Amino acid sequence: MLWIAIRMLTGDAQKFYGLLFGIGFSTLLITQQMTIFVNLVERGASGVYNAPEAEVWVMDPVSRTTDVSYAMPATALDRVRSVEGVEWAVPHLRAQANVRTKEGDLEGVAVIGVDDATLIGLPKRMAEGDKSVLFAPDSVVIDDTGTTRFFPAGVSPIGERLELNDQRAVIRGIADSIPSFTSTVVLYTRYSNALNFVPGTRNRLSFVLVGVSDGQTAEQVAARIEEKTGLKAETRAEFSQAGVNFIIENTGIPTNFGITVFLGFVVGIAIVGLTFSLFLRDNIKQFGALKAIGVTNTKIMAMVAAQAGMVGLIGYALGVMGTVAFIYGFSANPFFKGFYIPWQIPLISLAAVVIILAITGLIAIRSVLKTEPASVFR
Amino acid sequence: MDTKAIGGCAPEAAICARGISRDFEAGQTTIRVLHGIDTDIRSGEMTFVVGESGSGKTTLISIMCGILYPTEGEVKVFGTDIYSLTDTELVNFRLKNIGFIFQQYNLIPSIDVAANAAVPLIAQGVPIAEARERAKVLLDKLNIGNQANKLPRQLSGGQQQRVAIARALVHEPRLVVCDEPTAALDARSGRRVMDLLREVAVAEDRACIIVTHDNRIFDLADRIIVLEDGRITHDGKEMPDGH
Ligand SMILES: Nc1ncnc2c1ncn2[C@@H]1O[C@H](COP(=O)(O)OP(=O)(O)OP(=O)(O)O)[C@@H](O)[C@H]1O
Ligand SMILES: [Mg+2]
Repeated sequence: MLWIAIRMLTGDAQKFYGLLFGIGFSTLLITQQMTIFVNLVERGASGVYNAPEAEVWVMDPVSRTTDVSYAMPATALDRVRSVEGVEWAVPHLRAQANVRTKEGDLEGVAVIGVDDATLIGLPKRMAEGDKSVLFAPDSVVIDDTGTTRFFPAGVSPIGERLELNDQRAVIRGIADSIPSFTSTVVLYTRYSNALNFVPGTRNRLSFVLVGVSDGQTAEQVAARIEEKTGLKAETRAEFSQAGVNFIIENTGIPTNFGITVFLGFVVGIAIVGLTFSLFLRDNIKQFGALKAIGVTNTKIMAMVAAQAGMVGLIGYALGVMGTVAFIYGFSANPFFKGFYIPWQIPLISLAAVVIILAITGLIAIRSVLKTEPASVFR
Repeated sequence: MDTKAIGGCAPEAAICARGISRDFEAGQTTIRVLHGIDTDIRSGEMTFVVGESGSGKTTLISIMCGILYPTEGEVKVFGTDIYSLTDTELVNFRLKNIGFIFQQYNLIPSIDVAANAAVPLIAQGVPIAEARERAKVLLDKLNIGNQANKLPRQLSGGQQQRVAIARALVHEPRLVVCDEPTAALDARSGRRVMDLLREVAVAEDRACIIVTHDNRIFDLADRIIVLEDGRITHDGKEMPDGH
C-alpha cells in the first residue's frame, strides 16, 4: 500500500513539486539563515581566534571584548609577568585609525600592535609574505578584507604605501585572518610601531596576552592574575564567548534572523499545509474507495505518513544542499570567509521539517479519516 | 434488536438481512429511509435492486455489504453477523469477502491499470508483482489485457469500468456489490460491461447485487427486488407489470 501511496503522490506532479518546494524552501531558509547567524555572531570572537597563541587575555576590568576595551598603564605588563603560572606575557594594542588610500579615500581601520620580539598576536597563517616582514621599518601586514577593500582585484597590495594617521606605512604582507563582525580592515604592526601610528594618550596597552606554564590550566592562571593584579583575566573560551555575547546583546541580529527563520517555518507550514490538504482532498474518492474495499484507518495513516516522509526527505535534502551550494558559491567573498555549517543546524531544520509535516499532515489527514466508506456510493 | 429479527436465516443464504432500518439526521428531524427490510440474497444469482431515486437502494446495499451501520436489524454475510465485529475486523472481513464496483470507478489515476485491478490483493499483502500478474489474467478475460500498462485516464469509460470489475473480482470475493455500474456509460458500452460482468461475476459460490436504474439491462437479472420509499414492494424474476 505504501507503494501505491508514493505513486499517488508522485503521479500528481504539480502538488508533488509544490510540496517539495515548500519543504525545500523552508529548509533552505532556516538552514541558511541560521548558518549565517551563527557564523556572523561568531565573528564577535574573531579577534580572539586571530591571536591563537594567547591562552589568557588580561585587560582593564571595564573592557568587554577585543573591540571594546579600555587601555591599561604600561606597568600592567610587568605585574602580569610576575604572577605565578604565567609562562610568557606580551603587550597587545588595538586601536582605531584612519587611512588615506591612494585614491584619496578616507577609511577607518583597526590597528593591532603585536609583540615586537615574538610577533605573538598575529594570525596563525599569512596569505602572502612571511611574518618576519614586520621587522622592517614602517611595516604593516594587512588582512584579506583590506586587500579587497582597498585594492582592485588582481592588484597586489605588497609594497603599497598607506598614509596611516599621517604616518607612512608600507604593506609588506597579507594575513590570513577571520574577518571581524564589522568587516573592518585590520592592519597588523609591531607594538612599538603601533604606538607611533596611533596618537598618544597616556595609557595605550589594550591587552596583555598570556601563555600559561606547563601543568597549569588557563582557568587557574586567569584566576590568579585577577587576584594578584586586580585586572580582568579571561581564558580564550571565556573571552571569545564574551565577544559573541556582545554581538547578541548589542545588535538586532538575533531578532532579525529569528524573524526570518520563523517566517521560513510559517511559509513552510502554509505552502505544505495547503498543498497537502489539496492533494488529499483531490484523492478523497480514492481513499474512500480504499476504505470501502478494506484498508484500515491505520494503514491509511501509514500511507499519508509515507507520502509526508518522502516529501520531507527529498525536500529537506534539497534545502540542505541548497545551503551548502550557497555557502560554497560565496566562499570566495571575504564576507563569507570561513563560513561553515555547524552540525546542529541541519538537525534543527530537520526537526522543523518534521514539525511542519506533522502539523500539516495531521490537519490534512482528518478529512480522509472522517470520510465514510459509504460515501463512495454517492 | 433481537425482537426485530424475524425468521431464521437459510444456511445457504449469502446475505441474510433481518429488520433493517436506517435513519438519517436531516437538521432537527430524523428521516427513516429504510423500514424493516427482510431479505435473503442467494449465491449463484445476479440480484438487481431497483427503484426510484431516493427509495433507499444505495442505503440498503451499503448496509448489506458492511460499509454503513443499520439503525436497527442485523445482517449476516456468509453466516457472520458483520455488525457485531469490531471496526478492524469488519474492514478485514470486507477486504477478504467483498468486491466493490462504483459508479465513478474511483480508480487511482497515477498507477497503471494492472496495479489498479490488483489493489485488493496489494491491500491483503500480496507482493505487487504477483498481484499484478493475477490481475492481468482477469483483465485478459475482460478483453482489456492489452491495456494493462496504461494509466486509467488513457482508457474509455467502458474500459475503465471493466478495470473496476477486475478490481472487484481479483481477490475472488464471495459477494460483489455494484451501485449503478452503467450509469456513467452510454447504452452500448453499458450493455457490454453488464454482459461481461454477468460472465465473470456470477459463480456458484458468489452472490452479486446490482443497484440500477437502467431498464435496458433488466433482462440480465436472475432476480429483481423493487424498493419504494424504503420498503420492498416486489421480489421476483421479472419486473412487475407497469414498469
Ligand atoms: N448520508 C446521508 N445523510 C442524510 N440523508 C441521506 C444520506 N444518505 C442518504 N440519505 C437520504 O436517504 C434517502 C435514500 O437515499 P439512497 O441514496 O439510498 O437512495 P437511492 O435509491 O440510492 O437513490 P438514487 O437512485 O438517487 O441513487 C434519500 O432521501 C437521501 O436523501
Ligand atoms: Mg443510489
